[in-house]
Amino acid sequence: MRLYTMNLDIAYDEKVIVKNLSVTIPDKKITTIIGPNGCGKSTLLKAMTRLIPYKEGQVILDGKEIHKENTKELAKKLAILPQSPDHPSGLTVYELVSYGRFPYQAGFGRLTKQDKEIIDWALDATGLLELKYRPVDSLSGGQRQRAWIALALAQDTDIIFLDEPTTYLDIAHQLEVLELLERLNREEDRTIVMVLHDLNHAARFAHFIIAMKDGRIVKTGTSEEVIDRNVLREIFQIEAIVGKDPLTKKPLCYTYNLIK
Amino acid sequence: MTTTKKVLPFYIILLIAFIFLLGTFILAGLFGAADVSLRDVYKAIFTRETSTQINLLREIRIPRIIGAMLVGASLGVAGAIMQGLTRNPLVDPGLLGLTAGASLALALTLILYPNANTFIIMIFCFLGALSGTILVLSLGISKRGFSPYRLVLAGVCVTTLLTAITEGLGIHFRISKHLSMWTSGGLVGTTWKQLQVIGPLIIICLILAVFLARELTILSLSEEVAIGLGQKTARIKMLLLLVTVILAGASVALVGNIAFLGLMIPHFARYIAGPDYRRIIPTTIIIGASFMCLVDLLGRTINAPYETPVVSLIAIMGLPFFLLIMRKGVKGWS
Repeated sequence: MRLYTMNLDIAYDEKVIVKNLSVTIPDKKITTIIGPNGCGKSTLLKAMTRLIPYKEGQVILDGKEIHKENTKELAKKLAILPQSPDHPSGLTVYELVSYGRFPYQAGFGRLTKQDKEIIDWALDATGLLELKYRPVDSLSGGQRQRAWIALALAQDTDIIFLDEPTTYLDIAHQLEVLELLERLNREEDRTIVMVLHDLNHAARFAHFIIAMKDGRIVKTGTSEEVIDRNVLREIFQIEAIVGKDPLTKKPLCYTYNLIK
Repeated sequence: MTTTKKVLPFYIILLIAFIFLLGTFILAGLFGAADVSLRDVYKAIFTRETSTQINLLREIRIPRIIGAMLVGASLGVAGAIMQGLTRNPLVDPGLLGLTAGASLALALTLILYPNANTFIIMIFCFLGALSGTILVLSLGISKRGFSPYRLVLAGVCVTTLLTAITEGLGIHFRISKHLSMWTSGGLVGTTWKQLQVIGPLIIICLILAVFLARELTILSLSEEVAIGLGQKTARIKMLLLLVTVILAGASVALVGNIAFLGLMIPHFARYIAGPDYRRIIPTTIIIGASFMCLVDLLGRTINAPYETPVVSLIAIMGLPFFLLIMRKGVKGWS
């Protein structure tokens, strides 16, 4: 139990988005946060990674509140890939990924041998070694997202947060990105926490799902516990037909209707 | 940084740029309203000999050349920082209220303290640049941070307003002529005394900018990415802004309002050196310095002994290059 929140309140100005939220992120597992638009899932992700401040409560990593930790030290433990970030065009894949070494550098940021090894490893893990001198803008959407994930990997952290890493990707590229994250979890024991919109992806890849609505947690647990017609009815106001994925044996939402 | 195949190794770029800078310096020393020889230029710099030509070089031409170089480098770097900070390729220090604020402060100073010396004028120009920028930023920043469009809109509005007030004051207090002497962007009469005050400040800020370049690169990706990578973004943004304000303020104090330079030079640098500010900033310093020096040289020679306004020359010389680069696609933004 390295990372958890206690009675967390998050607000933009006066508008309270997340209220009194306590959750523990299981170590070395894939955690997925699901919920309708505006439920506060991205907000929770941002607060847990100090991208935005929180009003009350605590986010604890390794026994220390994250706002009391040196932000550079935190960046060596925890990486966050925001939702579809922009990139300056003309930047090569290698340059972009090399910025992941920022927390370890001082001065002009000359890359050490160790930096270069980790960058190469990150490029290799994301299948981008051959593309490393290509400008990021010449890549496809899936390759681009993999380049950003490689940047997070180059940060060499045990915990990686991703905010909707599959947005704007076609279904093949979505799977490609999620399988990459699954492999990282399986082979490297990385803790992955991500916001996903696709329930079936969440069911397929997550060990632990956090289902949110109106800034609070409705249900947490395994895919079987959370991707369930009663839970889905409460979160999304939908009448879903949930079965079993013949390929993965995980829950699968076949179809659904809105509750009128 | 030799991680890209497309771009020349950075030290070669810097070397070429530096040779170009040296070349422009010598050219600028050689040519002007009065004739001097290469030997005079050499003597003026490296010996203590005196003659009419050497004195002219030492007292008039060389300070002017150095002034031009400092201003070119300052405005270029100020523009590069602003573009990176706002992630907006169309921003230059002029658009963010910096130069308009400095000009207004200049007008007020000339009205309130007609006998103010360079140092006092400079201080007020800084304060003006700072207030102008704060005004633009406070209007242009939304709750989620910089919004590039808001910022540009706010910049246009504040600049127009401040310029209007400046012109109004100029007319009412009959100092328009005096004011335009400052703000028309001429380097006539740049003295060692001015340089002694402003020069060190500019050089310190340029060095600071070089050291902050790595942080600027990270910040130019996105604010959230920068925080995630462990950058203290609030502190870095303040520092960068401070450097920009001092550089732009000092330039206005030295030569007045030179539009377009801060927009154009960073794009040249980006085109040559790629999108990383660790390369853009040093390249901008050298290109900005040589470009301004060259333009000033033209300004005082093509219609000698009359001065041709630098601002119009910048537009005439810079625009074709700039349009060419725009056609090929602005590097760093598409």
